[in-house]
Amino acid sequence: MLNTPAQGGLWIAFKATLKRDATLMFRRRGELLNPLVFFALVVTLFPIGISPDPVVLSLIAPGLLWVTALLAALLSLDSLFRTDYDDGSLEQLLLTPQPLAALGLAKVVAHWLFTGLPLAIVAPLLGVMLALPAGSYMVLSLSLAIGSASLSLIGAIGAALTVGIARGGVLLSLLILPLYIPVLIFGVGAVQAAINGDGIAAHLAMLGALFAASLLLAPWAIAASLRISING
Amino acid sequence: MSLGLQARQLACERDGRWLFEGLDLDVRCGEIVRIEGPNGSGKTTLLKLLAGQLGDYHGELYWNGERFHKVREHFLANLLYLGHSPGVKAGLTPLENLAWYQALNGDKGDEEQCLNALFHVGLGGFEDVLAGQLSAGQQRRVALARLTLTRRALWVLDEPFTAIDRQGVVALEKQLAAHVQAGGSVLVTTHHALAVSPAVRCVQLG
Repeated sequence: MLNTPAQGGLWIAFKATLKRDATLMFRRRGELLNPLVFFALVVTLFPIGISPDPVVLSLIAPGLLWVTALLAALLSLDSLFRTDYDDGSLEQLLLTPQPLAALGLAKVVAHWLFTGLPLAIVAPLLGVMLALPAGSYMVLSLSLAIGSASLSLIGAIGAALTVGIARGGVLLSLLILPLYIPVLIFGVGAVQAAINGDGIAAHLAMLGALFAASLLLAPWAIAASLRISING
Repeated sequence: MSLGLQARQLACERDGRWLFEGLDLDVRCGEIVRIEGPNGSGKTTLLKLLAGQLGDYHGELYWNGERFHKVREHFLANLLYLGHSPGVKAGLTPLENLAWYQALNGDKGDEEQCLNALFHVGLGGFEDVLAGQLSAGQQRRVALARLTLTRRALWVLDEPFTAIDRQGVVALEKQLAAHVQAGGSVLVTTHHALAVSPAVRCVQLG
């Protein structure tokens, strides 16, 4: 009657979790648009609030786009584990014979595909509105794509830690925001360098390094945080 | 092969209050153990603890005679836990829910098997309806379909009869009886009078 622990099967579980989260996000398209709408709205308001002068706008555009994208990504994080926690599937996720870190990573990948990546794709369009100088659009997209992957990974640790708390949104922001600052610095740095005609490789390399480090470490931290949250 | 889950001198504290202290519990194969007690007496906490979800307890847990944390993987490969919340995603169909649970076990999954399991719990024809549109009882039945779908020796069921209608209760009781006759074991909390043929052992909390 007893089973021995199944060998392998991690890839199947990973793919299934990714597919499940993607399906769920796709079925809640309204919520999916929230970060994008936030991003677009804030960027639209700045020229009205500050000055429509292209010279002024192009000066602040890289930082503005990056900060707004960062906040948009942060907004969407709270729900990452919340629904699973509420309907009991998080408990089940913790009781599978598969490593929790890998399944947590699958959820983060789904989150990035549906928030970080769309933000990176939309950013150049909004860059036009802020008179972002030509030649920096590709860099903006690329730095946002790499950077938002790190943001999703780091943010998921905070989301996992605060999932057991009824209104963890503020706490999540306070926990995560300081960890976002290095990503922000190098992300904006890459776009600035592209505008000034300097080399962008160093900034992108740092973004890549941050991404590699968070890819390596965040899944374990997410798994540990989820266990703490469920224990509480 | 036999299975056994033992707890020795188990104690758990919540908010400065001992839910239970010095609890000795044995779950052997072919046995239904029912945890009884009034609301708030720690039944759910005990089940979570015995399912290896909680770490903040005193005492020792053994699985087949070995310390819990050493054989955690083997234990999890033989455990089916259905919690207070059914663990059914409202945004997915019953079929998708079951397919995910199968995949979590590293099993590629077989649609035929999932459909059979759903038919078995009386959800034939509902496999493609979003679970959010099903009633509470039907959602519970989606979770219960996992009992048919996934072969596990130890079932830990927290209030499995909640929201289930009379025919469903009879069917579930039969399923529990069949499981223990086949050598499995069941750990269950319920306020419902269990009419299962083999002897049900009761453990009183609170």
